[in-house]
Amino acid sequence: MDLDYQSMRAFADSWGLLYMFLIFLAVVVWAFRPGSRSMSEDAANIPFKENE
Amino acid sequence: MKYLPEAVVVLLAAFVAFLAAAFSQDSLFQQHIGIVSAVLLLGSLLLFRRVRFASAGAEVAEDTSGYMDGVIRYGAIATAFWGVVGFLVGVIVAAQLAFPDLNIEPWLNFGRTRPLHTSAVIFAFGGNALIATSFYVVQRTSRARLFGGNLAWFVFWGYQLFIIMAATGYLLGITQGREYAEPEWYVDLWITIVWVAYLLVFLGTIVKRRESHIYVANWFFLSFIVTIAMLHLVNNMAIPVSFLGVKSYSAFAGVQDALTQWWYGHNAVGFFLTAGFLGMMYYFVPKQAERPVYSYRLSIVHFWGLIFLYIWAGPHHLHYTALPDWAQTLGMVFSIMLWMPSWGGMINGLMTLSGAWDKLRTDPVLRMMVIAVAFYGMSTFEGPMMSIKAVNSLSHYTDWTIGHVHSGALGWNGMISFGALYYLVPKLWNRQRLYSLRLVNWHFWLATLGIVVYAATMWVAGIQQGLMWREYDAQGYLVYSFAESIAAMFPYYVLRMTGGLLFLTGSLIMAYNLYRTIRGDLREEVPMGAEAPAMQLAE
Repeated sequence: MDLDYQSMRAFADSWGLLYMFLIFLAVVVWAFRPGSRSMSEDAANIPFKENE
Repeated sequence: MKYLPEAVVVLLAAFVAFLAAAFSQDSLFQQHIGIVSAVLLLGSLLLFRRVRFASAGAEVAEDTSGYMDGVIRYGAIATAFWGVVGFLVGVIVAAQLAFPDLNIEPWLNFGRTRPLHTSAVIFAFGGNALIATSFYVVQRTSRARLFGGNLAWFVFWGYQLFIIMAATGYLLGITQGREYAEPEWYVDLWITIVWVAYLLVFLGTIVKRRESHIYVANWFFLSFIVTIAMLHLVNNMAIPVSFLGVKSYSAFAGVQDALTQWWYGHNAVGFFLTAGFLGMMYYFVPKQAERPVYSYRLSIVHFWGLIFLYIWAGPHHLHYTALPDWAQTLGMVFSIMLWMPSWGGMINGLMTLSGAWDKLRTDPVLRMMVIAVAFYGMSTFEGPMMSIKAVNSLSHYTDWTIGHVHSGALGWNGMISFGALYYLVPKLWNRQRLYSLRLVNWHFWLATLGIVVYAATMWVAGIQQGLMWREYDAQGYLVYSFAESIAAMFPYYVLRMTGGLLFLTGSLIMAYNLYRTIRGDLREEVPMGAEAPAMQLAE
């Protein structure tokens, strides 16, 4: 495969797009997975611990 | 601290700059580097005056146990100072558009004062606000002192030198003609060095944190620092004509050059003016409201949504140009998708107040932050709408765009920075409270009214311009000449200047309030929300 403009573009809007989208989905699933609630409540309170 | 090595290094730099001025290829470079040399010389003199020649052992070691707040105090003052300067230049620029006689050649005509205004507000005001708040937030949320010792001071002073180099360059007429990236190659190289030092300080502090989780505000700050570095390096790839001259040529040509510029330009909005300031929002809104962010998980999705989408939106600045059609459509589609993370983030910021809405009545600082988030929502609704090609065919190149930028920049960036300053200054100087909350209230209403006047005027002006440009008569001729559309703008330009003046007045009140707070004064006043006492006879 030679790296001309067309082939790079075709790669970007097929596999590249799929790759990015799957990573994003994984992030969302990870953020909202069951069991993340207590972790995120702890994290949300970090600004209030500054003087410990 | 001894300051001796620093003073010598700055003096040597001043001498090198002097040599560069002596052997320069063109007079502009000579003048510009001459100014730099003079500034560095002044800096080294100030440093030498602070050198203490105490004998070894008599030196009192600097306390390095707590947070490093000295540089943040300087940053807070610099933010307020450059803010007032930038808004003042903005009012002058607005006046020049309404009254062209105010263009004083050669140094103060619109072509030079306009980048002076944009860089002063974005990079000098906004940049100092970002550096100061990021240093403050990363220490508190990592519970660690800033990494790198005096490197943070280098970042601060190096950045001020960059501001002075950029500003004086514009007035001399030195520009590479790329919007929001006007400084020429040698200034670009200098800011690159400063920025890498900034990244080192920030990242080093995160690495040595005593908190297992990296708080979301730091994610936003870090993405801002890293992405701006990448954008800056690619967009400013250029070959200088001479190493002792101002002129350089871009590595790109034609439409590639245009797209590189707007990939940079739009992501400067996305990562400098959005991601960085969202870092502020995720720290200062919860702190001021005294309750954690509404949904931490939503903030994670907000972050990644913004990161994945923003980087593609740049082509919407090049609708109906030589840019391939698919790329224009791509920019438009990604811009519209940005509605989701933007509004998710806005809702997250606003809902942080749920259960504490009553505080808005008594706390004008919190009110400032909340209206900032509201303006964030408004301008991130308007932006994607304007990126739709059919809308853009009317709005592009008109003052509607200018109005949109200002509702974002004044409303979102300005107000959240003011809120952060009002929060920071009493904390940094160990004051009981601000000098006056009533004055904050005055600032709030003057600024809000100024923005509303500005944005509403520019909507009307922009739509009228767009309609005049596309008005055809029955024979297919354009009805209006371009000059007629400019003449029609006069009342709007005067109104715009008035809005800017209101905003500037508010910022002057802020500067006074912060000054009195730093001095330790407290104004005796009726608390916010309380009834004014009834008129009484003299006691």
